[in-house]
Amino acid sequence: MRFLRIFWFHRCWTRRARTPNVASMLRYALKRLISLVISLAVASVVIFAVIEVAPGDPASFMLGVNAQEDTLAALRAELGLDVSKVQRYFNWVGGMMVGDFGTSYTYRTPVSQMIADRLWVSLPLALYALTLSTAIAFPVGIYAAARRGKPGDLTVMGATQLGIAVPNFWFAMMLVLVFAINLRWFNAGGFAGWDKGLWTGLHSLTLPAIALALPQAAILARVMRSSLLDILGEDFMRTARAKGLSRRQALWRHGVRNALIPVLTIIGLQFSFLLAGSIIIEQVFYLPGLGRLVFQAISARDLIVVESVVMLLVFAVITVNFLVDLAYAAVDPRLRSRT
Amino acid sequence: MSLLEIENLSLSIHGTDILKQVNLSIAPGQIVAVTGESGSGKSMTALAVMQLLPDGAKTTGAIRVNGSDMLDRDENDLCALRGAAIGMVFQEPMTALNPVKTIGDQVMETILIHKAMPPRQARDRAEEVLTRVGLPPDRFPLSRFPHELSGGQRQRVVIAMAIALRPKLLIADEPTTALDVTTQAQILKLLKGLVSEYDMGLLMITHDLAVVADMADQIVVMRQGEVVESGATAHLLHHMQHPYTSMLFKASGHQVSLPEPAKSRPLLEATNVIRDYRLPRKGLFDSPEHHRVVDHVSFTLNSGERLGLVGESGCGKSTLTKAILGLEEVQGGDIRLDGQPVFSGHKPNLAVRRKMQVVFQDPYGSFNPRHRVARLITEPFHLLDAPVMGSERQDRIAEMLTAVGLSPDDAGKYIHEFSGGQRQRIAIARALIIRPELILFDEAVSALDVSVRAQILDLLAELCEAYDLTYLFISHDLSVVRTITDRVMVMRAGKIVEEGDTESVFSDPQHQYTKDLINAAPVLPDIGRDVA
Repeated sequence: MRFLRIFWFHRCWTRRARTPNVASMLRYALKRLISLVISLAVASVVIFAVIEVAPGDPASFMLGVNAQEDTLAALRAELGLDVSKVQRYFNWVGGMMVGDFGTSYTYRTPVSQMIADRLWVSLPLALYALTLSTAIAFPVGIYAAARRGKPGDLTVMGATQLGIAVPNFWFAMMLVLVFAINLRWFNAGGFAGWDKGLWTGLHSLTLPAIALALPQAAILARVMRSSLLDILGEDFMRTARAKGLSRRQALWRHGVRNALIPVLTIIGLQFSFLLAGSIIIEQVFYLPGLGRLVFQAISARDLIVVESVVMLLVFAVITVNFLVDLAYAAVDPRLRSRT
Repeated sequence: MSLLEIENLSLSIHGTDILKQVNLSIAPGQIVAVTGESGSGKSMTALAVMQLLPDGAKTTGAIRVNGSDMLDRDENDLCALRGAAIGMVFQEPMTALNPVKTIGDQVMETILIHKAMPPRQARDRAEEVLTRVGLPPDRFPLSRFPHELSGGQRQRVVIAMAIALRPKLLIADEPTTALDVTTQAQILKLLKGLVSEYDMGLLMITHDLAVVADMADQIVVMRQGEVVESGATAHLLHHMQHPYTSMLFKASGHQVSLPEPAKSRPLLEATNVIRDYRLPRKGLFDSPEHHRVVDHVSFTLNSGERLGLVGESGCGKSTLTKAILGLEEVQGGDIRLDGQPVFSGHKPNLAVRRKMQVVFQDPYGSFNPRHRVARLITEPFHLLDAPVMGSERQDRIAEMLTAVGLSPDDAGKYIHEFSGGQRQRIAIARALIIRPELILFDEAVSALDVSVRAQILDLLAELCEAYDLTYLFISHDLSVVRTITDRVMVMRAGKIVEEGDTESVFSDPQHQYTKDLINAAPVLPDIGRDVA
């Protein structure tokens, strides 16, 4: 049954692709892409400005208070701090375009390598958690909406309330207690690395991903439910019933897709949060993720790392928003002709 | 044999009685109109036939379609009947279609869900019915989305979905209430044509007695869940038995006599008013295009005069109203009240603004539900430099509430304690309280039941007598404008196409568009008024 539904979605998709709507979709995508580039440019200026005006000279911080003036000057030259701010901004942006994020002040290693290493943990973790939370939230939200006011709905509402209220690190600790310490199904922490195979890598990310996903799933399920309930009250749902669709058919064929818009918004926000906001979970599970990197870089006044990671996160958030915008337009034809 | 036979149908929802012992029947090829005021149970009767009632509904009696009782059937059987044996058309075409699916998909769905034919044939059938309802695929391809169609076109799609499987029974719940008169005439003609072509039975729910008299073979009049009178149209119109029926007809054609307008100086002067809306840019570097909504409109409203403004939706009536109120800046021309501009220096002119008040259409949405009536109706005082305070304020509140037919004690109540008609009285009190020189009525009686509408029109006539009102009455309802104004302007596509004394414009329209409007508007037969 589920497979048929996916097939049905696919069929709608391909059929639509043959219509003139492709042109409006492309035009819409192009417009969103232009606004993406502009947002990135503005963001880079703001990030650079904010971090540069923060007090503290990285060179003197690295060499300590007793450093000689000529040693400091040499280090500043090495770090590229001796040129004008405008020049530094363009060096920084130009470097990022070709994948050169500069050299870390504290570790003296290329920032791009540091970020890449961490990204290989954080990005899969975020995607894993997001997939889990969506996979939990959609059926649960739809189930609750279809049984509004009945025991099933009330149970879901209670459980999701709890899921929102309980912080994710508590889930994390409980998961460790049950699945790592008692059952010994998973390791309590650490990341095995991808070189030992996809399965091993995923296995070590499973507990953190669940801990991250549960509160997100609770939020998403509630949004899905209330969005779907709004749609169920719409006139066209009654029209669908008058055509002879059963309650369930009307819900799936006319309800779910219309209910997706607010859900997509939340998914976009959650991905951004999961990418950088998982620092507590990273600490609990000893994961070498982006969150920890930023935290350490800030404490060490490693501005170039902070700048680069923040820029990367901004890039990720703006890109996700772009994708969400495209998804909106795919779901709702009215948006293609607007904006 | 009857196609639909409703016998002693009673309905309660969560213990509240909605329908009591309703009886009616429809034969093939027959149009039966159920009419009555809001809350009379007419829509619930329609939904009961479809068995699409809200949760908590309990039905007794019998609803026989083709001889078999809908109440005995289980949900699966009902799903098989809905759309195939019984089609339904709803009131609000703007929201009755799923916005994210093409019209072709939605029409085809009716066919495919009943597995009536394979997809390829279903597609042909969808094209065929869409052509039948006036949307040929060469001009309206199946890949159109609902938002690309007008209200009338959407209603045609809804009708196409309902008749795709040639049901024997069609139910139409206020199918033309949300449409303009000319569109309404076309849709009614279409429904009539379909009934005779397919030999369908049509159960039509409408509050508009003029439509009823025009369309129906049989009329069923309902009040508070009960059928008070029913019979063949011509017979019933000539021999109304129940006082409620004659009251309805009297109220529908209600006439008021306005006092003679005091001839005097020009009050509101509009000269060559232009209002453009900016359209989204087509390309990144194109300059945005403009849509002219109000196009060189000029008119004068003398003090003491009651001026009407009629036209179809989208003709620019509301935009002109906003410009007069100084809510939006105009792109050309000049609007002056008492010689002063309503908009000066890109800002509304407050000195002028306090001389105007407005009464809106929706008696439910235009009040803050958290304020008491006293606060609601004294709101316009904030326009004054020295707001009226103390006992004078109380006196003014009491005077206004009495003037609009309410009691001074109502000042302490909240708005939800009032009916729609009472709310509209409060809206009028709010407009009158600072004694404005001009009142704008924007579709002020359109949302009201006929009997309530008649009372509000009477109230306006009384207030004209007592306060020498000057107003601009904006409405799509020609019969109301005809009785409540001295002079009328007809607006089309942003332009005033005809203007003149109300009675002469209506009895001898000059412009073709005015003629079309008047011809399209369904008229009450004279019989109704004679009987009363």
